[in-house]
Amino acid sequence: MAQATHRIDVPVSVDQSKCIDGCTLCVDVCPLDSLAIDPETNKAYMHVDECWYCGPCAARCPVDAVTVNIPYLLR
Amino acid sequence: MQIPPLSERRELFCDVLVIGGGTAGTMAALTAAQHDVDVLLLEKANVRHSGALAMGMDGVNNAVIPGKASPEAYVADITTANDGIVNQRTVYQTATRGFAMVQRLESYGVKFEKDEHDEYAVRRVHRSGSYVLPMPEGKDVKKVLYRQLRARKVRSKVTIENRVMPVRVLTVNGRAVGAVGFNSRTGEFVTISAGAVILAAGACGRLGLPSSGYLYGTYENPTNAGDGYAMAYHAGAELSGIECFQINPLIKDYNGPACAYVANPFGGYQVNADGNRFVDCDYWSGQMMAEVKAELDSARGPIYLKLSHLPDATISEIEGILHTTERPTRGTFHAGRGHDYRERDIEMHISEVGLCSGHSASGVWVDETAATTVPGLYAAGDMALVPHNYMIGAFVYGDIAGEHASEFAHGAVREPLPEDQIASAHELIYRPLSHADGPPQQQVEYKLRRFVNDYMQPPKTERYLSLGLESFERMRGDIAAMGARTPHELMRCAEVTFIRDCAEMAARASLARTESRWGLYHQRADLPLSDDARWFCHLNLKKGRSGEMEMLTRPVAPYIVPVPGFDRPDGVENEPATPGELAGAWA
Repeated sequence: MAQATHRIDVPVSVDQSKCIDGCTLCVDVCPLDSLAIDPETNKAYMHVDECWYCGPCAARCPVDAVTVNIPYLLR
Repeated sequence: MQIPPLSERRELFCDVLVIGGGTAGTMAALTAAQHDVDVLLLEKANVRHSGALAMGMDGVNNAVIPGKASPEAYVADITTANDGIVNQRTVYQTATRGFAMVQRLESYGVKFEKDEHDEYAVRRVHRSGSYVLPMPEGKDVKKVLYRQLRARKVRSKVTIENRVMPVRVLTVNGRAVGAVGFNSRTGEFVTISAGAVILAAGACGRLGLPSSGYLYGTYENPTNAGDGYAMAYHAGAELSGIECFQINPLIKDYNGPACAYVANPFGGYQVNADGNRFVDCDYWSGQMMAEVKAELDSARGPIYLKLSHLPDATISEIEGILHTTERPTRGTFHAGRGHDYRERDIEMHISEVGLCSGHSASGVWVDETAATTVPGLYAAGDMALVPHNYMIGAFVYGDIAGEHASEFAHGAVREPLPEDQIASAHELIYRPLSHADGPPQQQVEYKLRRFVNDYMQPPKTERYLSLGLESFERMRGDIAAMGARTPHELMRCAEVTFIRDCAEMAARASLARTESRWGLYHQRADLPLSDDARWFCHLNLKKGRSGEMEMLTRPVAPYIVPVPGFDRPDGVENEPATPGELAGAWA
């Protein structure tokens, strides 16, 4: 199958300067398992655009590094 | 990832397997743990934030509190709201056990609103009785339940496996003996041998496509993709009322509940664009949804939740609830558009279609012991057919399922697991890896769910439903060709098969019931009238011996409580339950 990749605006953003090295709290609780740890930086990021904008990731973050925005299509 | 060999698997054993760690599943596990059985709780997400209440809940919709309401009046209210087609014995359990459940939750630390006399501050939303009870600290409900699950006495009996998603219930000679699935992080293949199985996997919330077009912007938690409906079906269980769709009024685009139940007691209400009220009763029913749809489609649309007339302090109080508990990003949504409840009323719309017995009446057929038609298989929560069961009903039926599944498991003979079914499930799970460049899940799912919108949204007609069915049959090919590379993608691909199964069930059931019933939920434009002579009955479906979907009807059981103002069209006499006959009856 012919394929292309395209940019997509994802709803959850993680402030990389605040995110704690090696912490996985937000990754652990996401119902859709949409957050992951970047193996290069050891920081969390949204790896798929699958979001119910429910908020446990932000609520659990001990340093307020996680922001849940409304997905672009709904905003 | 590579496809693991069929023989390479993690084998788990338990007495009671609970599939789904949301409201019903958590309660089922807690109760089963009190019955001296080993419990395995599987959750595809993480039990700390899983299921319909991923964040929390602002109140209960259906608590029957002594002195405030009667179980009989509640059962009658629910019977009326479902056009008479209910097994009252199932609803009666929720009515009579709800109060004990409220007290149990209080003992766990859940706070319910009390008035100045220390009495439960129930509010009236239903047609006649007052059953709505706010939970002022509802944002903590998941935390409270998790603490119970991890208490020392429970911990020794309940094993939790997060990120494990079952795809099929295993059966031997028609009895449930376990399940088969995989870990959505590692891809590991998992089989579970169990004495009894409880399905508590939530609604089919990812059936219709939200009008935003965003796959996961659904009314229900999108992890609830109809997994339980599909697993029950393939295990041979009967499902019922699948044509009675779930459709809810909500905040347009945000797609979360507008929460008139929360706003009503403070003076908020729904209006049309002329500023006039238009619903007869705020309680969610098919009839109410028909009134909402008619208003939206008329020159009086759009519709709004009106709060702007309220004092600033009241609005702040409403915001304090709406923006912190069930869907806390509601505030983010309004702020992003620069909207403030003080200046502007909230535009409302209706949700995509789904299947859910928590809100509507579409689910797996269960009796008052939460038993399905498959021995050893129980169902509870949004996926189990106890109409309008909401959160208290999910807790009550989780409790009932935990008790009865434990009893069943004590006497269950443990059979070797059926290898042919395990091999089929292995194929279902890992197939997308063998052609990783096949169409991606997002595109396949979008197309599938767009067909649901195109052909299944009420008003329904035979022609549209038939085209829908044809589309869902055709989509089998697209789904078989779907490609994936990671365990996470395999999870989403398996979910698409559940959604397709639910779409086919919804189409066939909607075609079979050749009448209109339940207001908008099963409004047939080609058959606009109800046909009581033929259709005052349950429409059930199951997987037949040949693998084809079979339809059957079941009569509405004699009512155990009278329903004022409702004459049963079939003339069947009421049969009041004898004292003590029903397990949950009030002393």
